[in-house]
Amino acid sequence: MTQVFFFIMAATVVAGGLGVVLVRNTVYAAFLFIVSLVGVAGVYILLSVEFLALVQVLIYAGAVTVLLLFALMLTKARDLKQQLDGSQRPLAAIAAVVMLGAFITMMDRTTWPRDPGELTVVPFATIGDALLRRWAVPFELVSAVLLVALVGAIVIAMQEEGEGEA
Amino acid sequence: METVGQEVPLEHYIMLSAILFTIGVYGVLARRNAVIILMSVELMLNAVSINMVAFAVYTAPSLFAGIIFAIFIIAIAAAEVGLALAIVLRVFKNRGTANVDEIDSLKW
Repeated sequence: MTQVFFFIMAATVVAGGLGVVLVRNTVYAAFLFIVSLVGVAGVYILLSVEFLALVQVLIYAGAVTVLLLFALMLTKARDLKQQLDGSQRPLAAIAAVVMLGAFITMMDRTTWPRDPGELTVVPFATIGDALLRRWAVPFELVSAVLLVALVGAIVIAMQEEGEGEA
Repeated sequence: METVGQEVPLEHYIMLSAILFTIGVYGVLARRNAVIILMSVELMLNAVSINMVAFAVYTAPSLFAGIIFAIFIIAIAAAEVGLALAIVLRVFKNRGTANVDEIDSLKW
């Protein structure tokens, strides 16, 4: 049963990802991106980390994708449909296949640890505790990075004085 | 603590992560639209997150390092998307294109 669910989720993730890189319409690519991210959330649930699944749906599938869709709208990406893929497409495919081959070879040669048989469901409280005690300093650093990055984004995107109407 | 049965071997998660990462690499190399390249980068970040969470859950369940790292990856990815999209909008305003092949002023 778990395995069936895993393969459904894996197929969703891979199909969505392939859609993002192959589909000819940028807006469809953005929606397939959501499909892939929701699939990843399903994988997190399967790994018994519900908190990450929730965060994944809220932040990735929600906020980040809306941001990407706005960017697609503002850059009139659909008008440039004919130049969606560059001339290095075959080279990119070769590079990707070689990389996947290397990954598979390495995985084949590695002996993996025995399965735990059952997974411990990580409670929200435990994650919060770890985040704010053991990992408090990195947590605060990430908060600062996020704040600085968003202020920077506003400054970069802001219309400068005397620049004229864009 | 509550436990659930698990029948999926660790290799399957690693395999899924590798496939997703490769798709992301292909997208970054083949796509020309800056926003779609960004989406491909996000796919790669997600692949890494799956990898880390799977290893954390399977090999060190009492430590939450992998899960915490996945949370950090999501936070950094959000910051990165915000900043990168601001830059893309800026470039589009100045150059009238979001095609990375046409933005080559820094190329010598």
